[in-house]
Amino acid sequence: MTAAIRLEGLGKRYVLGRALDPHRTAREALVDAMSGAVRATASLLRRTAPATGDDAFWALRDVSFDVPHGEALGLIGGNGAGKSTLLKLLTRITAPTAGRATIQGRVGSLLEVGTGFHPDLTGRENVFLNGAILGMRREEVARKFDEIVAFAEVERFIDTPVKRYSSGMYLRLAFAVAAHLEPEVLLVDEVLAVGDAAFQAKCLGKMGDVTAEGRTVVFVSHNLDAIQRLCRRAVLLEGGRVVDAGRADEVVRGYLTRQLRRPSPAEWLDVSGLRRRGSGGARFAAVRFTTGEPALDGHPYPLGPLELQLEIDAAEGRSVSSLAVVIRDVGGTNLVNADIAAAEQTLRLEAGRNVVTLRIDSLYLNPGEYTVDLWVGDGGPTGLDYVESAFQLLVLDPRPAGTGPSLVVTGLVPCALRASVASGSMREGVREDSTAGSGADPRGAGR
Amino acid sequence: MTSGTTPRPTPVSHAEAPAGAGRHAGQAAVTVIEPPTGRPSLGLGELWAYRELLYFITWRDIKVRYKQTALGASWAIIQPLLTMVVFSLFFGNLAKVPSDGVPYPLFSFVALVPWTFFANGLTQSANSVVASQQLVTKVYFPRLAIPIATVLSGAIDFVLAFVVLLGLMAAYGVAPTAHALLIVPLLLLAFVASLGVGLWLAALNVQYRDVRYAVPFLTQLWLFATPIAYPSSLLPEPWRTLYGLNPMVGVVEGYRWALLGAGSPPGRMVLMSCVAALVVLIGGILYFRRMEQTFADVI
Repeated sequence: MTAAIRLEGLGKRYVLGRALDPHRTAREALVDAMSGAVRATASLLRRTAPATGDDAFWALRDVSFDVPHGEALGLIGGNGAGKSTLLKLLTRITAPTAGRATIQGRVGSLLEVGTGFHPDLTGRENVFLNGAILGMRREEVARKFDEIVAFAEVERFIDTPVKRYSSGMYLRLAFAVAAHLEPEVLLVDEVLAVGDAAFQAKCLGKMGDVTAEGRTVVFVSHNLDAIQRLCRRAVLLEGGRVVDAGRADEVVRGYLTRQLRRPSPAEWLDVSGLRRRGSGGARFAAVRFTTGEPALDGHPYPLGPLELQLEIDAAEGRSVSSLAVVIRDVGGTNLVNADIAAAEQTLRLEAGRNVVTLRIDSLYLNPGEYTVDLWVGDGGPTGLDYVESAFQLLVLDPRPAGTGPSLVVTGLVPCALRASVASGSMREGVREDSTAGSGADPRGAGR
Repeated sequence: MTSGTTPRPTPVSHAEAPAGAGRHAGQAAVTVIEPPTGRPSLGLGELWAYRELLYFITWRDIKVRYKQTALGASWAIIQPLLTMVVFSLFFGNLAKVPSDGVPYPLFSFVALVPWTFFANGLTQSANSVVASQQLVTKVYFPRLAIPIATVLSGAIDFVLAFVVLLGLMAAYGVAPTAHALLIVPLLLLAFVASLGVGLWLAALNVQYRDVRYAVPFLTQLWLFATPIAYPSSLLPEPWRTLYGLNPMVGVVEGYRWALLGAGSPPGRMVLMSCVAALVVLIGGILYFRRMEQTFADVI
């Protein structure tokens, strides 16, 4: 049996400053063309190949894999790894430069919910329009119309222009149309990253149904947890190439360890070269952690202390109202957000280098591997600097090896726990009140 | 954009089949995605497969055309009507431009109705692909559908203006001639010309936003290069026939002759215009299709 999707050496090359420049003017094109001709002539004279490698780069290179019928495949990788490019090739939004892909069956794609929604049209009109854009036929939309409206919970407003909708209603309706698309092969981009938690849960549930129905799905997400839950297999892309493929949980774990450095305690780790977001008014340069205790060589342990030192380069003197260390588990769940904003504290950064020390007195983490994000912001939505997965933190079991059972932990976090026992009931007052008038001694009866 | 591609499954009974059953069917669609071959193709088969989407986009463009405007659809009438008034005042009354024996207001208005369809279609289709950026970067369909729908949706304006034209003819006591039905193929000629030029501009506009500034200028020049304010009978032969290389010359003179019986039958001019319009259209489709492959990357 052939695969539902087969990629053979697929590649996409962009020419920098040309294909990527959104507002190229005719004059620039003329200049380019002329200088290009000069260069080509010059290289012809010197009998060398024209330098095409300089300004061209492969967003995707030599990608080959198969997706069997009925399988859900997760596509993961950092920003710029080529995930979205690959999806755009498979959905035919853009054409490949090399290689070939073959898809068997009707293809549906979902790169965004609400594509083509027009604010001036009513909900009803938009359902039909969006359905047509997503590749549904009119009878098909008409047949599923009631179901779509019910799923979106917008019955009362279906004849209202969608520009009067709340953003939640808009998203629900948009997703509802997409969710009722019934292709044999479904290509999905980060569409779940919108809406509130309840909506996301609904989307995930629907995605789960789709995969359970045995459709072939290619799913791109940064939500590694969702990938592991929805997909059996995953492919990891890095720099436009496939670097790992296999069981979803293994690929996800490999991805997390691959991209992380694990510094020793008290060792400064340079984070200046890491991928980051933010306006850049202040930037993390380096980080180190220690417990300040010789035990466990300075590694943190459950309920123990943790001290982090952050070197921050500020472009100018400024006050920051939010500076945080975010600790996540390997699935990406945000467990600890140690933010000075929570303590209503403001820090003053001077122009140049600053060292900020954050001290957590009790670290409510079980032994295991965690990733740490660094964040600094001044109240704006984008923040000044955000380094995701700056480094990996190992929380150790404080007891010497071989003493007692290992901490088999099922909870997400530990707690400071003390147990004691006393004999007899501590509730006698209550029991006697409620049994007053019965004439019998309940304790006596119980024994 | 991809050779050997079956755009969508033949409308098989997927709707009736249980989910996923279609993939075992013998005639399951196969999509092959490969680098563009550079072999020119018009892609009309694929466009046909997506005709329902074309219908929906046209319908949307008509629906939202005059949303949230105070004057609504009257805009379709105001534009040619006011131009006619200005032309009648300056060219008809002051400059005494000849009008082939027809009252000057009628003479210019009968030309302005198809002209407005052509010029608006051209202007709007030139911007259509760039304006549909969200669609172009998020979902695949033959991009030709966007400018085609844009020009098609202008037909509604044409119909409204045409009703006013009939009223004006009645007011001047001019009855349509026996050739009046010829205005339908002539409108098709205007459509072909409008779309042909619109396709060139729409594709160019994706890469060079200069088009945005050039288009108003272009339509203005074209207006005066077309015998709207004056009759083409001012030109001697053979220049008059060669004038038909401007496709709108054939349309405008055809309208005057078919509706008002003005001037001589413009047969040769119309033929010339048809050839010119078709050349522009086919060239436009081929150019658009070639550029289409990089729309999503460049837009």
